[in-house]
Amino acid sequence: MSSYSVTEPSVRQKWAAGTLVVVYALITILPLLWIIATSFKSPSDAIAYPPKTVFQPTLEGYVNLFTTRTRATEQDLKELGEPNTWYDRIVRKDGFIIAGPSRFMERFSNSMIIGFGSTVLCIVLGTAAAYAFSRFKVPLKDDLLFFILSTRMMPPIAVAIPIFLMFRSLGLNDTHAGMILLYTAVNLSLAVWLLKGFIDEIPIEYEEAALIDGYTRFQAFYKVVLPQAMTGIASTAIFCLIFAWNEYAFAVLLTSGTAQTAPPFIPTIIGVGGQDWPAVAAGATLFLVPVMIFTIVLRKHLLRGITFGAVRK
Amino acid sequence: MLDSSADRAVGETSPVVSKRSQGLSDRAIAWLFVAPSIFLLLAVNIFPLIWTVRLSFTNFRVNRPNAEVQFVGLKNYISVLTDGDIWQTMQATAHFLIWTIVLQVLIGFALAYLINKKFRGNDLWTTVIVLPMMLSPAVVGNFWTFLYQPQIGLFNYAVGYLTGTDPSAFSMIGDVSLAPWAIVIVDTWMWTPFVMLICLAGLRSIPSSIYEAAECDRASKWRQFWTITIPMVLPFLMLAVLFRGIENFKMFDLVVQLTGGGPGSITELTSINLKREAFEKWRTGYASAYAVILFVTVFGLASIYVKALNKVKQR
Repeated sequence: MSSYSVTEPSVRQKWAAGTLVVVYALITILPLLWIIATSFKSPSDAIAYPPKTVFQPTLEGYVNLFTTRTRATEQDLKELGEPNTWYDRIVRKDGFIIAGPSRFMERFSNSMIIGFGSTVLCIVLGTAAAYAFSRFKVPLKDDLLFFILSTRMMPPIAVAIPIFLMFRSLGLNDTHAGMILLYTAVNLSLAVWLLKGFIDEIPIEYEEAALIDGYTRFQAFYKVVLPQAMTGIASTAIFCLIFAWNEYAFAVLLTSGTAQTAPPFIPTIIGVGGQDWPAVAAGATLFLVPVMIFTIVLRKHLLRGITFGAVRK
Repeated sequence: MLDSSADRAVGETSPVVSKRSQGLSDRAIAWLFVAPSIFLLLAVNIFPLIWTVRLSFTNFRVNRPNAEVQFVGLKNYISVLTDGDIWQTMQATAHFLIWTIVLQVLIGFALAYLINKKFRGNDLWTTVIVLPMMLSPAVVGNFWTFLYQPQIGLFNYAVGYLTGTDPSAFSMIGDVSLAPWAIVIVDTWMWTPFVMLICLAGLRSIPSSIYEAAECDRASKWRQFWTITIPMVLPFLMLAVLFRGIENFKMFDLVVQLTGGGPGSITELTSINLKREAFEKWRTGYASAYAVILFVTVFGLASIYVKALNKVKQR
């Protein structure tokens, strides 16, 4: 038998609260569901009035996302004969032929390279620094939070000018290495702060026991502390990855050709006569859905990172 | 390389033997561990900041690298502060900042309060609500222009359906009086979960024994809410406002994709304005002075705010 508690909300209260929250949640994910739905629409269905919720799904948006196309005359189409592949069939139905691949794959893999590269670098540097800040007397310790806050006060555009000049003279403009270094630096102060919080929670007695057993400091660090801090490291890594994945301002200002990531690219997908919304939606879906899945699967580990360490649990 | 030097640093003495020598070797490790991070932060965060300050006193232009660079004193600062456009930009920013914070605090707190009633499945629904803030603002902002299209846009259709107005009669992005609200709506949609999460942490940090004590003293629920819940959550709420305030003061990606500062320059927030000066008009010196002014403003306001926050925390 459960004991009565004055602080436990009544069943009716729970129902009312639950209903309101569910209604809000449904409204809030509607735009996201709309992106996914639009990616499977044909261009005419996408701009139909009233907006269509029931439609014949097609992969046209995805085909348009990955290819560039040119218009072909009836005669050209006849000469080419029957289309060989399902994507050829989709394109030729509208009187086009595929001219080649689009740059989307390239942009997407840039996002992957820069995202994972900066995350790995940030975690390696950040974990080492956080360990030192947590366990040793380092002069800069107390200024750390202040430093994190102040680096975040500067609009990215403001630091972009000197970074642009610096990268240009170092030959880092529009390179993967340059963007990896930049994103690492942007994430580093917060990553150190988060990781320090996680390492602070590991009892120092474990290491002391290891040291007495004859481990060196360094052995104690990677054989005792690192395994204990793994959850914290993983959740910090997710935070760094999502930031680098989503970043737009630096990407649009400092990259153009070789190292451009997906966020500046997706809005520029143009079809015949204006934006090709199914293709844009297809790009957005491929780009956003991994993050959505990440968020849902790893929700317990994300909170501390996305609230800048304000939420401990 | 790391391994061997670390081994040498500690390995020379048995860890338990001498505290002093162990301290010395620890110091070497501490520096070894911290130095790369410090170096990177100095190179990519601090150095550009100093460079910006230096540029702000010159007439340098990035697109004219061969022109002679002259020291012009405070001229850039004076022309920034006397420029009428800046004040319009500031007004647009203030409108955006105030309304997003008011709406996000109200909705965010209400949601956190409801979720804290611990109904079944609250965990899952919290995650669903959090989704928008995890996504790329530029990509999502771009798609919102589609939702905002007159007639075919889902937003216009929904508003038309609920209020009975014609969905093609208004354009959220094209209309001068609606565009400032268009960006407020999307930002609120995206970032309310952030305020909600921090409020939720605040609510969960209140020990239930306080409510039990209040109940014994026969304090009404209403009174409990105002004398326990609100004061206990306030420091958290203020922290959320600080983060949102800083983030929205430098808002760029979402709004640039949504309206691009338009129509005209009605939604041209400071960052967008700054980007125009620096990367379209290439007035590097002027833009640097502008950036320094913005930084000092945010820094000053944030410092005052943090002082107030600490006072609330101590109470």
